[in-house]
Amino acid sequence: MSRDEMDEWLERLLRHERRAVAKLISRVEDDRGREEIMRSVRAHSGKSLVIGITGPPGVGKSSLVEALTHYYREKGERVGIAAVDPSSPYTGGAILGDRIRMQAHTTDRDVFIRSMGTRGHLGGVARSTADVLRILEAGGYGRLLLETVGVGQSEIEIMRLADTVVVVLNPGTGDGIQAIKAGIMEVADIFVVNKSDMPGAERMKNDIEMMLDLNGGAGPVRRPPVVLTSALQAAGIQELGEAIAGQQAFLRESGQIKIRRQVQLQRETWHCLEEKVRSLFDGAWPQIPQDLLEVGERDPFVLVEKVWAKMTGGRDDYER
Amino acid sequence: MSQSRIRVLVGKPGLDGHDRGAKVIARALRDAGMEVIYSGLHQTPEQIVEAAIQEDVDVIGLSILSGAHLTIFPRVKDLLREQEAEDILLIGGGTIPEEDVEVLLRQGFAEALFTPGTPTGEIVGWIKQRLETKEPEPVRAKDE
Ligand SMILES: Nc1nc2c(ncn2[C@@H]2O[C@H](COP(=O)(O)OP(=O)(O)O)[C@@H](O)[C@H]2O)c(=O)[nH]1
Ligand SMILES: [Mg+2]
Repeated sequence: MSRDEMDEWLERLLRHERRAVAKLISRVEDDRGREEIMRSVRAHSGKSLVIGITGPPGVGKSSLVEALTHYYREKGERVGIAAVDPSSPYTGGAILGDRIRMQAHTTDRDVFIRSMGTRGHLGGVARSTADVLRILEAGGYGRLLLETVGVGQSEIEIMRLADTVVVVLNPGTGDGIQAIKAGIMEVADIFVVNKSDMPGAERMKNDIEMMLDLNGGAGPVRRPPVVLTSALQAAGIQELGEAIAGQQAFLRESGQIKIRRQVQLQRETWHCLEEKVRSLFDGAWPQIPQDLLEVGERDPFVLVEKVWAKMTGGRDDYER
Repeated sequence: MSQSRIRVLVGKPGLDGHDRGAKVIARALRDAGMEVIYSGLHQTPEQIVEAAIQEDVDVIGLSILSGAHLTIFPRVKDLLREQEAEDILLIGGGTIPEEDVEVLLRQGFAEALFTPGTPTGEIVGWIKQRLETKEPEPVRAKDE
């Protein structure tokens, strides 16, 4: 894409044209001019807080996103949604099905839904998720919702992206216990027990509250509320909306948002650095160790040192 | 590392409730490395086109069994034109009589139509071939 073309798309983005939002997201996802695009986009975004919805597959994340979208539309807000589903590690292909539950908003001009595959990125989110959310914001969608695949451990990644982490669980499942194991308790700002129309919801809530009691003090700055919802019956959505508002007001008023943003920036920077290092090896990766291996070295630690020495030209420290 | 992934919206317009065919296609496209946005049953042409725009797909694939193909394909094409999104290819499958296939293709209401039983590999091949000429910038490929 030529500089002029890109500038035109960026201008159209700031005029809130939907096609520009869509095109620029693709370019960033495909890594075509990503850095330049994001430099411009960043100047027009970053104020909106991101609501991240995570949890195991099938708990009702998409249904809740749809219900929240309805809630925010009633308040006259414009809603931008990024919904991430896993890509096949073998082919890179993906079936992205989150829209199925969000059909009611498809033709609403004040809602923009973008489905994303993880494209080989681990951690339940796609590599460019943060960028996509900022493009949505610059494109005029001030209320940002992110749905991520719940895949155990890696939910921690959502902290890099979301200012409000909503962990969704279901009653009558082992979800609660799984969640503690996966370390989700530590990242949750709000717990949702969805499918409260099914038996065991209250009990689930109590279990979570009890775990929060045990965690008390040392853990999060603010005790996460536990909200019962039924996306199916549109119950508890108002309460969820209020819980989100409460947490976001707390972030802003306590100044916590600054700390969070710093942590996010650190993680994002680290993430970009990792990517850069990986890209150094792209293509060259099999060869570099190969010629080292031929010397007969079998110790991976020694190999790392040698590769490192190659990468840094023999220097261990940065020269200013 | 730059990688343009082919994105396809698989839609199921109309009132019939069978999406088995659409799901088979969706899986085949995924297995060929494409990103398939599956938007579910009972989609209106407006919903399909709007979703295609937001998702910035290269191809819309419609599965139609309800017999409404003669209204749906032209309507989707119209809407794409309205949105200046004619570069999105429109293909379809389902139970479409031979003579209607010809009409739809001749009048440019679809780029390709596949009859039931078409091997999925053929559809995958068609998409890949059509989009090869499209990179890196969308070029309006003329119908042959
Ligand atoms: N009974 C009940 N079913 C629900 C509720 N919310 C979602 N579901 C159903 O759970 C299934 C998975 O929902 P979905 O939103 O796709 O879950 P996701 O995979 O977490 O995004 C669907 O069949 C929904 O209809 C709820 O509150 N109660
Ligand atoms: Mg979902």
